Amino acid sequence: MLCALAAIPILIAVAVRLSSSVPPGRGPAFLDRITQNGLFVGVTAMLVSVPLFLPLTVGVVAGDTVAGEAGLGTLRYLLVAPAGRVRLLLVKYAGAVAFAVAAPLVVALVGAGIGAALFPVGPVTLLSGDSIGAAEALQRLLLIAAYLAVSLMGLSAIGLFMSTLTDVPVGAMASTVVLSVVSQVLDALPQLEWLHPWLFSHYWLDFADLLRQPIAWESFLTNALLQGGYVAVFGALAYGRFVTKDVLS
Amino acid sequence: MTAAVPATELSIETTGLSKRFGHQLAVDGVDLAVPKGSVFGFLGPNGSGKTTTIRLMLGLAVPTGGSVRLLGEDMPRQLHGVLPRVGALVEGPAFYPFLSGAANLHRFDAADPHVPAATRKARVRSALERVGLTHAADKKVRAYSLGMKQRLGIANALLAPRDLLILDEPTNGLDPQGTREVRSLVRSLAADGATVFVSSHLLAEVEQICTHAAIMSAGRLVAQGTLEELRQGGQARIRVVTPDAGTAAEVLSRLGLSAATSPGGAAPGGGGVLYAPLPGAAGNGEAAPEAVVAALVAAGVRVRGFAIEQVSLEDRFVALTGEGFDVVQ
Repeated sequence: MLCALAAIPILIAVAVRLSSSVPPGRGPAFLDRITQNGLFVGVTAMLVSVPLFLPLTVGVVAGDTVAGEAGLGTLRYLLVAPAGRVRLLLVKYAGAVAFAVAAPLVVALVGAGIGAALFPVGPVTLLSGDSIGAAEALQRLLLIAAYLAVSLMGLSAIGLFMSTLTDVPVGAMASTVVLSVVSQVLDALPQLEWLHPWLFSHYWLDFADLLRQPIAWESFLTNALLQGGYVAVFGALAYGRFVTKDVLS
Repeated sequence: MTAAVPATELSIETTGLSKRFGHQLAVDGVDLAVPKGSVFGFLGPNGSGKTTTIRLMLGLAVPTGGSVRLLGEDMPRQLHGVLPRVGALVEGPAFYPFLSGAANLHRFDAADPHVPAATRKARVRSALERVGLTHAADKKVRAYSLGMKQRLGIANALLAPRDLLILDEPTNGLDPQGTREVRSLVRSLAADGATVFVSSHLLAEVEQICTHAAIMSAGRLVAQGTLEELRQGGQARIRVVTPDAGTAAEVLSRLGLSAATSPGGAAPGGGGVLYAPLPGAAGNGEAAPEAVVAALVAAGVRVRGFAIEQVSLEDRFVALTGEGFDVVQ
């Protein structure tokens, strides 16, 4: 799955390289800047994968955590070992988190790599108008990847909870991905504005503040707080469900 | 039922153990008493609640009522202290198909924080050796046959020294050689002092390896005890082969025995076959076997064959759980 994610920036870079010119203002943000600076491949690729690819892969991994073991029948042997239910749940969540960290990181690094290979790399002009060197720009890229990783913590916890509800991993994966789409759709409806700050996908695209000088940490913190809340609530739900669950698979 | 054994000498003790799924009572007031050091056969037709009982014992499911004590400790409260001393095979083996046999065992062993990681490699190797899978240790489990998976499941139960082994259908899917090996494995485990609790629906197997047995039917425990006690629960019967079936039946009923002709019809040689339960173990009085023969001969019945048949465990099993496909559900 990490390979599939890595294919996204490669696809973008190759497509831009092969087409003669990208008219400014069309396509995803930053797309027109790629030809001037290869580092923008990473930014563009992350931007493109936020709505679907990242939640999709994270949903698959998080949904598979417990339900996958139950589906294979190995859950009963892990519990009889005895792995301990709380310990197993924590290890499984740590695994999902590790993937949520790795996924945007792969997109960013592969993007920067392929961008550097196909396009010139130079100083980057930030949204605030300041200019920073390529090395510092790479740091900002990693910062965005970290922002996305934090953004996906809540979804991972939801996936973990879904995974404790069923013995069919596909069911848990699908419902997690569907929830992420529903959250984004609700976020797009202006009539539900009161709800927006509470949706776990609300701040997913707000990483532009990390491209200012100095960095505005506000959205990072708000996002982290919201995701922490989701982790607490759905982590508790998953715990409550899994500790009392009859393992009959 | 077994004679009262001090609770400390029971490896498994359940009292009034019950489990309800929706409307169905899968396990209904089961009082098991598995003595320490025994090889205990847990019998019952498919769907009689054997596996659910095992899940309750191992803390995989929470009982609706009643309690379980494993190795003298309360389950599931003492689960973390007890389960490291228990090896289990529950409802067939289950593995990660994309890992090798040895890697699977490594993973399950690593799941238990109580066992030393340093000896893991050696323990995995010896467990595989014990079930004869050394040659397939590095093969992916996907490529294993059903019998090999079954053995790997048993190897998983033997990863650490255990005081109690709970094996659910351990010979399922094994060829006759594999079955024999499992039998000798169970005997050697028992010889090492472990208690072995084997669930099965193969009666011949239980008769060969077990010292004790219990029979489940429709979620209830209908009998338990030593094999000898279980067999005695049934009645012996006499079998008479004679061409004069009518007269013989009269004589038998005069003696107070309710004779029945065999469902199989005529015996070879044109005679009829009669069965009658042998009342009581007391060998005296009118109904003693030798007195029955004398009475038959005196009445002019040509007796071609006479035998006392002991009930087999199978007869007892069928008597307790129902005939053919009409098993009590």
